Parts: sequence; C-alpha cells; structure tokens
Amino acid sequence: MVLFSIAEPGQGSARQVVRRKRAVGIDLGTTNSLVAVAKEGRARVLPDAHGNRLLPSLVRFPEDAVPLVGNEALAADGGTLVSSSKRLLGRGLSDINYPLPYVLQAAEDGGMVQIRTEAGLVSPVQVGAEILKALAGRAGDALGGSIDGVVITVPAYFDEAQRQSTQAAARIAGLNVLRLLSEPTAAAVAYGLDQQLTGTVVIYDLGGGTFDVSLMRLDQGVFTVVATGGNSALGGDDFDRVIADWLLQESGQPCGSKEDYRLLLQQARVAKHQLSTADKARVQVGSWQGSLDRLQLERLIDPLLDQTLLACRRVLRDAGLQVGDISDVVLVGGSTRTPRVRERVKQLFGREPLSSLDPDEVVALGAALQADVLVGNKYGDAALLLDVIPLSLGIETMGGLMERIVPRNSTIPVVRAQEFTTFKDGQTAMSLHVYQGERELVSDCRSLARFDLRGIPPMVAGAARVRVTFQVDADGLLQVQAEELTSGAKNSVVVKPSFGLEETQITAMIRSSMESAALDKAQRSLRERRVEALRHLEALHAALQQDGATLLDEDERGTLERAMRELDAATVGTDARLIETLTEQLNSLSRDFAGRRMDAGIRAALAGQQIDAIGE
Amino acid sequence: MAISLTENAAKHVAAQLAARGKGVGIRIGVTTTGCSGMAYVLEFVDQLNGEDRIFENHGVSVIVDAKSLAYLDGTEMDFVKHGVNEGFEFHNPNVKAECGCGESFTV
Repeated sequence: MVLFSIAEPGQGSARQVVRRKRAVGIDLGTTNSLVAVAKEGRARVLPDAHGNRLLPSLVRFPEDAVPLVGNEALAADGGTLVSSSKRLLGRGLSDINYPLPYVLQAAEDGGMVQIRTEAGLVSPVQVGAEILKALAGRAGDALGGSIDGVVITVPAYFDEAQRQSTQAAARIAGLNVLRLLSEPTAAAVAYGLDQQLTGTVVIYDLGGGTFDVSLMRLDQGVFTVVATGGNSALGGDDFDRVIADWLLQESGQPCGSKEDYRLLLQQARVAKHQLSTADKARVQVGSWQGSLDRLQLERLIDPLLDQTLLACRRVLRDAGLQVGDISDVVLVGGSTRTPRVRERVKQLFGREPLSSLDPDEVVALGAALQADVLVGNKYGDAALLLDVIPLSLGIETMGGLMERIVPRNSTIPVVRAQEFTTFKDGQTAMSLHVYQGERELVSDCRSLARFDLRGIPPMVAGAARVRVTFQVDADGLLQVQAEELTSGAKNSVVVKPSFGLEETQITAMIRSSMESAALDKAQRSLRERRVEALRHLEALHAALQQDGATLLDEDERGTLERAMRELDAATVGTDARLIETLTEQLNSLSRDFAGRRMDAGIRAALAGQQIDAIGE
Repeated sequence: MAISLTENAAKHVAAQLAARGKGVGIRIGVTTTGCSGMAYVLEFVDQLNGEDRIFENHGVSVIVDAKSLAYLDGTEMDFVKHGVNEGFEFHNPNVKAECGCGESFTV
C-alpha cells in the first residue's frame, strides 16, 4: 500500500506520497544473470529495453573503451570476451584446472586469479561488478530511480572467499548489498515455502551445464542447507549431445567438421524444445530425414536423469531422511522444462514438483521477495531469513584431522568454545591452524589462519587445558582465541579470508565432502588408530628407558621391543585393522610390565615404613 | 456522513500540527489524477472554506469539502509502519478498483 504524509495547504497530492524503497533481487549466474523486483509479495523479472529478461554473463574488455556487457558484448568484435567469471571469484590460479577461452595470471600477492584482457589485467570481481552494474542500470530505468538495496544469490557451496568476492563486486558496482542469499533458499522463497512453520524441501536445479541438488530444512524462519550434491558437468547441454549422437547414428552420416557438429547440436536443441510440447519433431542430417519422438528422447536422456536421481538419493541418505520426509520439491534451471525431467523427479519423490514459475527466473524472484522484506516494504508475517555460516569452522588436531568448532549453518553472530589438551609430556607450546570446510582431513579443507599459543607450563601429556574460542560477529568476521586455563596464557587471531592461497583443491567443498564421506570415514579411522598407536609406543618407550633394565629380563624386554618395532612399522602403512590388532597385542604384552612398575612404585613409597604401621 | 481517524493517526496528526505551530486541522480530499482516475489529497488547513464539513476525531479536526465527501464517506485514515516506511493509509469503502500502488482509485 502507498503511504501518505500531510502536505502544506494547496500543495496537492502527487508529491506527498512516501517513496517506496527500491530494492531488487539479482541472480548472478555463471551463464545468465537477471534482476527482479517485488511488490506486495509478488515478484517479476525486469527486462531490458529490448524485452530480454536474461542477461548473458559475458563482459567484453576492449582496448581504450568501456567494457560491454551481455548481448552487446556478444555482438561486438575486438577486445577480450570473458565468460563464466563466476567460477573464478575468490579462486587462486591453482584452483582452476579446466580450460578457459582466455588467459589467466596469478596475482602478484598470490591472491585471486586475474584475467589478461586487451584492457589490461582484470579481476573476476571487476567482471562481476560490470554485470551487476548493467543489471542495476536496467532496474533503475524500469523503476525510475536509483536502487536502494540488492539481494544477490550465491550457490549454497560458496565459501567465505567467494562470498566476500561477490560482496566486493557489488561494492564496486555501487550497490548496497542487503544480504547474500543461497540460490536454493531463494528458489524456496519464490514459491512461498518460507511462509510455512516447518518443512523439508528439495531443490532440484538442472541448468545447461551443471546439476545441483540441495536439501533444506525450514524451522522458525530459518532455512538451513542440510545436504547438497550434484554434478558440475551434467546439464541440458548433455541432452543435446546424446540427441546429436543419436542423429549421426540413425542417419549414418559422417561426423563432419566442428562446425557441422555445432549445427547438429543446434538442431538437437530445437528438437528437444519442440518435444516439450509436441509428440514428434522432424530432423534432418545432410540428405537424411527422420523424426524424433518423445519415447526415443526419453530413452536417450534417461541414463543422464538416472545420474541426477542417484545424487538426490545420496543427498537424502546423507541427511538420514526418507522420501516420505520431504514436504516440497522445487524445480530450478531451464532443463527442468523437459517433461521427462518433471516426470522422473515426481516418480522419485512421489509428489508433483513445484514448477509453476519460470525455472530460469525462480532464483531471482525469490531474491526480489527477500530484498523487498529486508528494505522494509513488505509487512505482516514476512519471513526474515537469518544469516548462517555456510561452511564449518574448526582447527587441525593431531593426525591432520579437522575438529569442527562452529558447525555449518550456525546463525551468526555466534560464539563457540572447546577444550583441547597437549599430546606430549612437557609440551609448552601449541600451534593452532584454523580451517573452513566439511571434510574430515584438513588437507581437504581451506586454511584460514594459523597462530601459536606459547607459555603452557610443562605438564604430563593430557593435563593442560586449552580453551579455543571461535567468535563470528554480525558482519561475518571471525576471531579465534586460545587460552591455557591453568596458567592464563593466551593468544588470538582475527581471520580475514585470503583469496585462493590454498594449494589444495577446494572447488565445491561441500559437494566433494558428500561424495567422499565414506572414504573420509576410513581415513579418519586410520588416522585415529595411528595416533593411538604412537601414543602407546611413546609411553612404553619412556617406561622402558626408566625401568626396563631393573624390572625385565632380557627375553621379556626382547619380546616387547619386537612388538613395538612391528607396530611402529604398521603405523606407516594404511591398514587400520592391523594397527589396531598390533596395538592391542602390545597392550597385553606390556600389561605385566606395567603391573611390576606399579608394584615397584608402591614399594618405593613404602620403603622405611614399619609393617604394623601399614597394617593400620 | 463521516470520516474518521484511528487513535494512532490522530496522535500523529496532532503531533505534526503542534510541530508546525499553526493550523486548525487537516484536509482530506480527492482530486482527479493518477492512473486509476482519482487520488487522495492530504493537507494541513489554515483557513476554512464555505462548503467544508468538519469531523472531530480524538481531538483532531478533519476537514472535507462537500464534493470530496461523496467519494470519501465512511473512510478511515490510519497511521502505519511498513518496515522502515511509515505514513498515513486510507481505508475507503467506496473504492471499486485501485491502481497497483494504491495511489489512485476509482469509485
């Protein structure tokens, strides 16, 4: 509703209307981007002056001229055309292990990659900023004024560096970011699922080249991403490919040149689109003419759909849920227009998926609705989604294991603490290495910072109490503090995520974590066995040094030392069961020795006391 | 024939009149503009005209000219907060259709 203020006498009505805040939602996509606006709880996509709703995420950087964006960039010549820059946001050169049609260069400070263009070196952040500027300009023209705030969507698996890069791009574009919203959450909001009190929602997102599935739980206005999965190299383009290959096979025509195959793919795409509404599509390859019907299309793409459904089942299993627990399924991405996709998804989940909104636009629509709420235009029971930590935060513990302290999806601000102890006798310092990620081994997570805690008083292993506190403030800034509680020694570090400094492969961390959960578990078990074995060896070694000569004869000592050497050798290997067996064996072999040491200790304590004094 | 203010609206009108330092009340009227035919007028009043009707609400005078009253009879004016926006809102039982934003209407 429009609101009025009281004007001076005779000043009329038009100007006194309280201006609505102009807030828009932006889906900054890898291939296409779009902007939407919401009013009265209804969202719509804002087209450009030519009526185009999608803006290709392309920026052309010519020499000595302003960059061109979208279709303009596509139509122009000269300069460097940058595509898919979203994949480069917050990434180092070592993170990029696939070919791109332009040249990348490592940044001098080892930070985010840079792109070589005819206009000089350009950061992926600048590319994102150009796309955002174009969308904001489009929105400003359509709404008649500058934009007060934006909500930008990011993939659920985006880490801190990627999110901060997205924010930076918006700042460069002169936009006020109200919130970054995860894409699956935006899709759920677009369908009004946030109006429910509780629910478990699956977002099935099949785009041109990627497939993502997210399982989210809604509880008291908080959407949390429970599990994600997918395949970063599976999408509608693969449908076209299998159709094109079938056409070649059917027609018996030779494959021909690259250009021929491109035309064939185009024909395959047209046929695919026709079959969304028609039962049959005419096709022609060279002199061969034929037709493709729905049944054949289904036969061709079913193996691809099987893969996506497998990923859905895996996500369900990771979350420990059954198909019956799912309250809603939302379809996102242009490829879900294919009727067979809807059909198969419906079969799996046993319910009709939500698909009434344009699957290319649903994410932007949800972002627009959230923007409208955040800027204060909507009222009533509009849900305000809370900010959460996208990936778990923790520290490295013995054996290179990731100990999670702040779990993923914690709402911020948050403070969490956990106590740790020393591993060795007399250990006076502890090195703390802060990581972010979902994997069990720190080598698979992203390193954020490291610092040392010194001044721990010398104590036996396990006696020191080191409290490690993680604090994330409302702006997402992380501070880690370590304090030794008996002595009060403390140290802390403020973490500013670095861009792409880590040598480890960190693309799609959550995704890979879900795919390799079983492997992780085995590795974790092996590491734990190793640490346990080494702890025993260390203790026994110290005991032998001290009392071996007096309490053991040559034979006994020989047996123990043989068992120790055997276990020591096993810890280098990867057989967790063997390490466990040998550790147990060493334990039982040394039990007698341990008993004698205890007796000796008691005898020493009692030496010089009268027998009757002990008896009392 | 009557026009009313909610208590909250009256409180805000009184406060704004006091802040302004002069004025006998507020005028609510209609004028022909906007995309749906008519639009509301909301002004302070320093001087009454001959055909004005006055309605007292919670100690505030609401002044309406006779012509506008035909379109406004039964209207209640409220003061509301929508997020960071706040202002007056009209609940007019005569309205048959409003434009999308509620700025103009037809009766």
